[in-house]
Amino acid sequence: MTSFLSSRRLRGGLTGAAVAALVLTTAACGGTTRGEEEGGGSAGEASASANPDAEIPSGLKISFLPKQLNNPYFAIADGGGENAVEEIEGEFSEVGPSEASASSQVSYINTLTQQGVDVIVTSANDPNAICSALDQARAGGANVVTFDSDTDPACRDLFISQATSEGIAQSQIDLMAEQMGGAGQVAILSATANATNQNAWIEIMETYAAEKYPDMEIVATVYGDDEDEKSFQETQGLLQTYPELKGIISPTTVGISAAARYLSGSEYKGKVALTGLGTPNQMREFVKDGTVTAFALWNPEELGYLAAYAGAALAAGQITGAEGETFEAGELGEYTVEADGVVVLGEPTVFNADNIDDFDF
Amino acid sequence: MALDSAHPATPAPATPAGQAPAERPSPTSRLRLLGTGDGVITLVLVVFLLVASFAVEGFASTRNTGFLLLDVVVIVLIALPLTLVIVTGEIDLSVASTVGLTSAVMGQLWFAGLPLEAIIPICLLLGGVLGAVNGLLVTRLGLPSLAVTIGTLALYRGLAFVVLGDRAVADFPRSWTTWALSGIGATGIPVVVVPLLVLIVLTGVVLHATPIGRSLYAMGNSEDAARFAGIDVGRTKLWLFVVTGVVAALGGVYWTLRYGSARADNAQGLELQVIAAILLGGVSIFGGSGGLVGVLAGALLLGSLRNALQLVNVPSDVLNIVTGALLIVAVVTPQIAARFRGRRPRGRPRTP
Repeated sequence: MTSFLSSRRLRGGLTGAAVAALVLTTAACGGTTRGEEEGGGSAGEASASANPDAEIPSGLKISFLPKQLNNPYFAIADGGGENAVEEIEGEFSEVGPSEASASSQVSYINTLTQQGVDVIVTSANDPNAICSALDQARAGGANVVTFDSDTDPACRDLFISQATSEGIAQSQIDLMAEQMGGAGQVAILSATANATNQNAWIEIMETYAAEKYPDMEIVATVYGDDEDEKSFQETQGLLQTYPELKGIISPTTVGISAAARYLSGSEYKGKVALTGLGTPNQMREFVKDGTVTAFALWNPEELGYLAAYAGAALAAGQITGAEGETFEAGELGEYTVEADGVVVLGEPTVFNADNIDDFDF
Repeated sequence: MALDSAHPATPAPATPAGQAPAERPSPTSRLRLLGTGDGVITLVLVVFLLVASFAVEGFASTRNTGFLLLDVVVIVLIALPLTLVIVTGEIDLSVASTVGLTSAVMGQLWFAGLPLEAIIPICLLLGGVLGAVNGLLVTRLGLPSLAVTIGTLALYRGLAFVVLGDRAVADFPRSWTTWALSGIGATGIPVVVVPLLVLIVLTGVVLHATPIGRSLYAMGNSEDAARFAGIDVGRTKLWLFVVTGVVAALGGVYWTLRYGSARADNAQGLELQVIAAILLGGVSIFGGSGGLVGVLAGALLLGSLRNALQLVNVPSDVLNIVTGALLIVAVVTPQIAARFRGRRPRGRPRTP
């Protein structure tokens, strides 16, 4: 046999590694373990004082970095942002990955840092994974506003919340209970398994439903990964697995429209209730053909609009992100920064056959 | 000249397939091989870097170099063993899922209170086991590696979600996560590039200057011939899969620290980026040809192209189109060149 491989040597190496691992495990008492991290962090940074009367300078570079491009929801939100940036005579840009992943967002944040933009408005695919990149961007002089999905509060200046999580979750359960009579099996079709928002809402939905509608049983949560086809298939799977299913809640715009498309072409149309978060333009035909009675959403255009104004207010020095500061957001009026640098847009709007034609987004 | 089979673009005298390449220890030809690598792709990289430095604002700066290198570190790392695997004519599509599963296990163990110094060896060991599963299925059961690793791609990713579910573990110590991002002094070059360089040199020496490396090319060109030449094909491939698993696990550990977040869906789709870099670097997907210098150039070219296009605000969809088109050009060009010379392209599929 040729000398190309001495398997004994290799095997010895692996055994060595295994032994080393064991030794390390047993001798680990002095190692780096969870929970011994020094507390504090960057909390309570002494930021410069705000000047509420500062003018917003023209030519501010404001960049929107959504979770992913080609997602209708973010397209609308970014469009609202673009309107706001036009009003304040800034420079708008929209960049982002084509797949919703934290690592590719990091790469885009780095690019924005390198380009020296004034404001980064982003929706985080992971609350922590983009933190160090955002820290670098802020060290480089950028103001960071998150909207839709927040990061760790230490990594951004402001978070523009679409509505309170309670408001969103409870309105969906109430809508569902109304449509299915408050008793029976309900399933949830969510976005990705890691989605910050959806997971928070689903948790609240479960406790709220258990309290208020004890006969409503949430039997499953499935994940369509915010992909149309996958969401479509998951809907199909749900109806096959749970023949007694009375309703589906999909707290994501991609999910609800895929589910509506499946239901409208199936025998379950009008029998299985569907509600959740969707845009009027996506859902119009399904509301008109009777597949969907009512669904909810805040106005994403206003969300992007507010986020852009908040970013401009930060860049201009009108606010620093401290609780109690106020700023003007164009035609939306005055907003107040709440605890942890959160600004809440308002209550979600419920869309049904009567009012859906009043909205175009 | 079995060594020349490493160059798809150079017209080499046809290798008599059965010739045992292990008996040719000529140091000068080894050096030459390392030096030339895949000249074309390296040249393209150099030209691109020069053009981008002048034409793209903000490209040639220390900070951007750091960003760029951090983005390609894991791709290069996993490309090292995967290049060897592909040279033998096999493939491992489960590398990104191994990264994900390692990351999930790392998060779960950290959550359970184990020290990082113990978690990391456990993760590497896990990677070895995952690689061994691939290797055993391929070599012992004789299954095609494409089918096996498509299976384990789904399986390992699924296991990752079983381990960590939809949670993300993110409270890793700041000292470790900042180390993963830190640069060497003021150069902007990430510190992790140093251990990576060691691994690159190690892989380069193994592939291009040892009998093991030559036996890999022999296997890729003709498995039967390699077997007749006395090479234990099965065992070599098994160990290659094990090493790939370990290195992918190392990538998982680094990925987790770099993003400071252990998640089951970490590095989803990374396998395609790694394979793209390898193919762009001139390695034949059918095995038997290609060199490590080309792979490094391929990975850096893809990374810097992406970086430069992002800096000039090219939308991500166009970016994907450019990357895809580049890959096709890179794969097709040598084939066309070979046909022009009236030769059949090297590295055609082995007959079943």
